[in-house]
Amino acid sequence: MLVSVYRYNPETDLKPSMRDYQIEIPGGKDLMVLDVLAMVKEQDDSVAYRRSCREGVCGSDGMNINGVNGLACITPLSDVVKNDKLVLRPLPGLPVVRDLVVDMSIFYKQYERIEPYLQNDDPVPAIERLQSPEDRAKLDGLYECILCACCSTNCPSFWWNPEKFVGPAGLLQAYRFLADSRDTHTDERLANLEDPFSVFRCRGIMNCVAVCPKGLNPTKAIGHIREMLMERGA
Amino acid sequence: MGMKNMQVSSVTNFGRSGLSDWLIQRVSAVILLLYIVCHSAIILSTPEMSYAQWRELFAGTTMRIFSLLTLLALCAHAWIGMWTVATDYLTRRMMGSKATLVRLVFLVGCIAVLAIYFIWCVIILWSV
Ligand code: SF4
Ligand code: SF4
Repeated sequence: MLVSVYRYNPETDLKPSMRDYQIEIPGGKDLMVLDVLAMVKEQDDSVAYRRSCREGVCGSDGMNINGVNGLACITPLSDVVKNDKLVLRPLPGLPVVRDLVVDMSIFYKQYERIEPYLQNDDPVPAIERLQSPEDRAKLDGLYECILCACCSTNCPSFWWNPEKFVGPAGLLQAYRFLADSRDTHTDERLANLEDPFSVFRCRGIMNCVAVCPKGLNPTKAIGHIREMLMERGA
Repeated sequence: MGMKNMQVSSVTNFGRSGLSDWLIQRVSAVILLLYIVCHSAIILSTPEMSYAQWRELFAGTTMRIFSLLTLLALCAHAWIGMWTVATDYLTRRMMGSKATLVRLVFLVGCIAVLAIYFIWCVIILWSV
């Protein structure tokens, strides 16, 4: 199989280029894209990429695989390879540190901005803050995000305004805390999102939903935030 | 509208909220649609519209208010839309340091066109 990998070392290369590798794929089993990358690295150990858990939990090997963002470790070749060709590029829209490794600073900055931690001004209870099973269920589909950035780097609004638009990943987490019955800072959180960029740059094209490897739905969460903003404003 | 804590502002933002923009965009779209549907219905149900009939149609107070409302909706809709397009594409990220100037010129141009359009339409509406 022909594997074409985006190569760029800002310190030595004038501009990025694609380098091709011929990889023998053993028959009889469906490898993951990450396995193929390991084989590429055996041929050429200068190829840089991030990986850690290799089972879709850590979120570090998000990349653009044959044009679609995904986690290399849980993307089987049979899902993406056509005409015996695999093209691997870094997540689009973020500065490249080297090869498939991108600088996620702006992505994390947006995450930090939504204050992703419980805030509660009520007196601290003796043991713990309780939550009913129903209220807990509201967090399903929100807390599972692994911050792989596949969604935000697939979102045109995030490409155009990554400093101002929180992006789907950050907004999913913003809603995770807005929806939490134990959080009392709802009004402050909403006030921080009301400007024309943070939430309202979302155009609802659902590019984020299309690629989330965890099957989450940021567009729906963004819709809920908009409803909450509307209720607060009315 | 409760407490405001704008983290993001820009020169041409004029302190607006994303929520009100979003609402105006939707409400104005409905008004524009109503106007189009209303006039299509009138035109289609009047096979041979004479000038006198056409003139009379616009002379009524209700139609005058409806037209003015639609005109306001159109200007608001166009302004918010153009401002959004400008802050997506005419940015530092897209065109470097000259972006702010380009965007400003573009937006002032938009305001000028919309203002002329508005005044012109009001003159026409009040001349019948
Ligand atoms: S739905 Fe919104 S957040 Fe998701 S990709 Fe589209 S514009 Fe981005
Ligand atoms: S929402 Fe999905 S795609 Fe986006 S960062 Fe979280 S896990 Fe990744």
